[in-house]
Amino acid sequence: MFGFGILSGLIFLPLVGVAFILCLRGDDEAALRNARWAALLATIITFLLSLYAWKMFDTSSSGFQLIEEKSWLGSGLMYKLGVDGMSMPFVLLTTFLMPFCILASWESITFRVKEYMIAFLVLETLMIGVFCALDLVLFYLFFEGGLIPMFLIIGIWGGKRRIYASFKFFLYTLLGSLLMLLAIMAMYGVAGTTDITVLLKTAFPASMQKWLWLAFFASFAVKMPMWPVHTWLPDAHVEAPTAGSVILAGILLKMGGYGFIRFSLPMFPDASQYFAPLVWTLSIIAIVYTSLVALVQEDMKKLIAYSSVAHMGFVTMGLFAMNPQGVQGAIFQMVSHGLVSGALFLCVGVVYDRLHTREIAAYGGLVKNMPLFAVAFMLFTMANVGLPGTSGFVGEFLTLVGTFFANSWVAFFATSGVILSAAYALYLYRRVIFGVLDKPSLMKMQDLSAREIALLAPLGLLVIYYGIQPGPILDACAASVDLLIKNYQTALGLTKAATLALH
Amino acid sequence: MTPLSFALAHSLPEIVLAVGALALLMLGALRKLTGDWIISECAIVLLGLAALSMLFQVQSSAVIWDGAFIDDSFGRFMKLLALCGALVSLLLSREFMAREGIDFFEFPVLILLATLGMLMLISAQSLIALYLGLELMSLALYVIAAFHRDNLRASEAGLKYFVLGALSSGMMLYGASLIYGFAGTVSFTGIGEALRGGPSIGIVFGLVFLMAGLAFKMSVVPFHMWTPDVYEGAPTPVTAFFASAAKMAAVAITVRIVITAFPGMKVQWQQIVVFISILSMAVGAFGAIGQTNIKRLMAYSSIGHMGFALVGLSAGTQQGVLGVLVYLAIYLVMTLGTFAAILSMRIGNRYVENIGDLAGLSRNNKLLAFVLAMMMFSLAGIPPLAGFFAKWYVFVAAIQSNLYWLAVIGMLASVVSAFYYLRVVKIMYLDEPARPFDRVNWEVTAVMALGGLFVVLFWVYPGPLVEAASAAAKSLF
Repeated sequence: MFGFGILSGLIFLPLVGVAFILCLRGDDEAALRNARWAALLATIITFLLSLYAWKMFDTSSSGFQLIEEKSWLGSGLMYKLGVDGMSMPFVLLTTFLMPFCILASWESITFRVKEYMIAFLVLETLMIGVFCALDLVLFYLFFEGGLIPMFLIIGIWGGKRRIYASFKFFLYTLLGSLLMLLAIMAMYGVAGTTDITVLLKTAFPASMQKWLWLAFFASFAVKMPMWPVHTWLPDAHVEAPTAGSVILAGILLKMGGYGFIRFSLPMFPDASQYFAPLVWTLSIIAIVYTSLVALVQEDMKKLIAYSSVAHMGFVTMGLFAMNPQGVQGAIFQMVSHGLVSGALFLCVGVVYDRLHTREIAAYGGLVKNMPLFAVAFMLFTMANVGLPGTSGFVGEFLTLVGTFFANSWVAFFATSGVILSAAYALYLYRRVIFGVLDKPSLMKMQDLSAREIALLAPLGLLVIYYGIQPGPILDACAASVDLLIKNYQTALGLTKAATLALH
Repeated sequence: MTPLSFALAHSLPEIVLAVGALALLMLGALRKLTGDWIISECAIVLLGLAALSMLFQVQSSAVIWDGAFIDDSFGRFMKLLALCGALVSLLLSREFMAREGIDFFEFPVLILLATLGMLMLISAQSLIALYLGLELMSLALYVIAAFHRDNLRASEAGLKYFVLGALSSGMMLYGASLIYGFAGTVSFTGIGEALRGGPSIGIVFGLVFLMAGLAFKMSVVPFHMWTPDVYEGAPTPVTAFFASAAKMAAVAITVRIVITAFPGMKVQWQQIVVFISILSMAVGAFGAIGQTNIKRLMAYSSIGHMGFALVGLSAGTQQGVLGVLVYLAIYLVMTLGTFAAILSMRIGNRYVENIGDLAGLSRNNKLLAFVLAMMMFSLAGIPPLAGFFAKWYVFVAAIQSNLYWLAVIGMLASVVSAFYYLRVVKIMYLDEPARPFDRVNWEVTAVMALGGLFVVLFWVYPGPLVEAASAAAKSLF
């Protein structure tokens, strides 16, 4: 339509929902219900459309597909969209998680419902845009634009310290991103365009690569988040409403990893190799240290937030191993973590809606009156630990194997993190689910409602399905990852040859 | 010698304003009415006519009036911005002036005269024309700063502005005379040619003094001290006029003078511009944090934004000038939109200016809160809003001229400034509602709606503005 393709459709479809909600008048119960349904429908249709895009997507090809191109700002800046095997899984993950976010907020959000739904739909537009953009400035536009709705979501519908958390989230991320923006400008200066497909073929001088890499790293490391710039995450997670946490853990964190795959590794291969030990070190610290921190948390959401940091450590570690196992494992780990941590936050949301506290000490013995919940929580806790048979295992295993090929010591330390993650996850589970049910406030708590079952069941099934059958995700990205690694090795080979020739 | 008709055709907007201002002055003096709408309506029409006459006149470059005046596409671009600023400020002023009981007929006339001065300033091609335009603009501005003469703050603002402005004019004249003495000519192109062989120390001194005078008009550090007080004290529509139109003219002439008259002294003026740019960004970012009055906040914000605009100028390239032009155009819309929002802050028929009065605005007046929030995010340079593109163009120019440190400092300053813009959003969206504002009249609503639309949707179709700015930038080189 008008020369726009399916990706533009995906990006702007949620905005149609926004337009509809804006047209609703009044604040009575009917209007609120309409707003909820409109948002749900918009996200579901977007998901269906993304499935259609997935059908059109050819997994055997390694290049960009479904490309759209329009003139935009002129002088090398274009409106260009496209997906390849490394971005398509994230597009699907985004569109898949969004209806759950809307459903999770169905009853827990009681005031300013329309604004809430609008913020989420705008956020969806921006997130899909991030993964589809093939122009660096367009990418930045979507990447950074997400700050505005997320700031409002945390700030308006968040918990007690929401203002502190929203400011911290916003300013932290902004600082990292602005340094990346400078790097984008410098790259634009060298290549004369911000077309990602051209930039992927541009060889940046090695000395410049290091600065560019560091600038991109500043942004992605904050977004990821990597130790030591992870401190905004626990605050943001704890204060955000349930759906906000799901989006934050499920998708926003993945933008950092996606950025590494899309930009840092292929565009700055020399610098990536040079800085790989740094990334590994930070990843190991993240895995071990934040797992230990997670052990002593008293707030459920904070515990899961720290466990997210640890799991993202596996992702960065696998990515910079730069072999097929490592990179594919990292992509798989990101998708799996999106599902698992999203589901865990939904689980916390379930009990939070009933008791309005996230303190672990306030719970105990829930298995007695909430058996279904205990099952669901058990499943996702195990997936979080990385139990074989769940999707969490595949990702962690592959990244560890890949890292082992690259550097066995790194893999050694990282594996200890797996043990620690079992410790904190099981410890959490014991304190919440088992024990004596002696608190009067807990006695009254009802088991999962139909809506909550509908929320958790698909996620649970997918977690198990991908645990047994990881093929769909791995195959989707295999061709693109192979190309990435091939180009990476070639670029390194060229640099090596050039250095040898100099001597 | 150019024929008179040719010269008149190329200075049509100035002539429209000059004749119109005099006619309106006569009309006002004869009618002797206060609250006379006709004068201000005529003034708005005149400003619109001046803008239209520019759009339809011959789109070519010409130097007229014995080399004192140049009509080129750079000038036309900036004049259009200045006229827009004046027109919208005047539109916004009508209700405010009536409510405050200061709707005298002199006000629109003074705005017209000040705008005339701005247009002459933007088109100045010699030091004399520069001074004439600057003084015509400034004298009118001194008066309207103190237009609310029974108000202590406004009188103080006017006086302060006048004393400091006179000082800066003096410095500028001193600099101009030094330049004339050492270059032997007042024409910008003449000075440019005289400097080919390398500048003498006298010219350098002259340049420094000249830049000091211009820096005062642009309100950049270290000549910014008057800004917060004048912004706070002057009637709000006048502040909007200062922040929009006057800024456009001051930056335009600074760009023109350094690019056309001092290309041979790039090393020298680049140092000055980088220096004041960094200081302005820093002072703008940190100074605004503690402010409770929204007009003072906007004053510091404008200081910071002038610093950002000068980042583009410090590159000294065509790309840099393009950046400045895009920056100014977008900044103009953001400023006017914000001041329109400030003018709707009225509780129980009294105008309020505290940021705290905005508390919970998002529940009481959704449109106002949304527009102001978008203006704040845009001023902070968050994509996909227009303010991001403004920053993009100036910083690209700086990076391409290898001014990396300037760019890094600028980015850090913009993170700091994001804090206080966010604070305004926080007060509107996150705090509990305070007293609701009175009904907003249609002029203010229209300006806000247009500004909001521009800021939010600029990214959809940015082409025309960028192309116009790029043509304008080209005409300077």
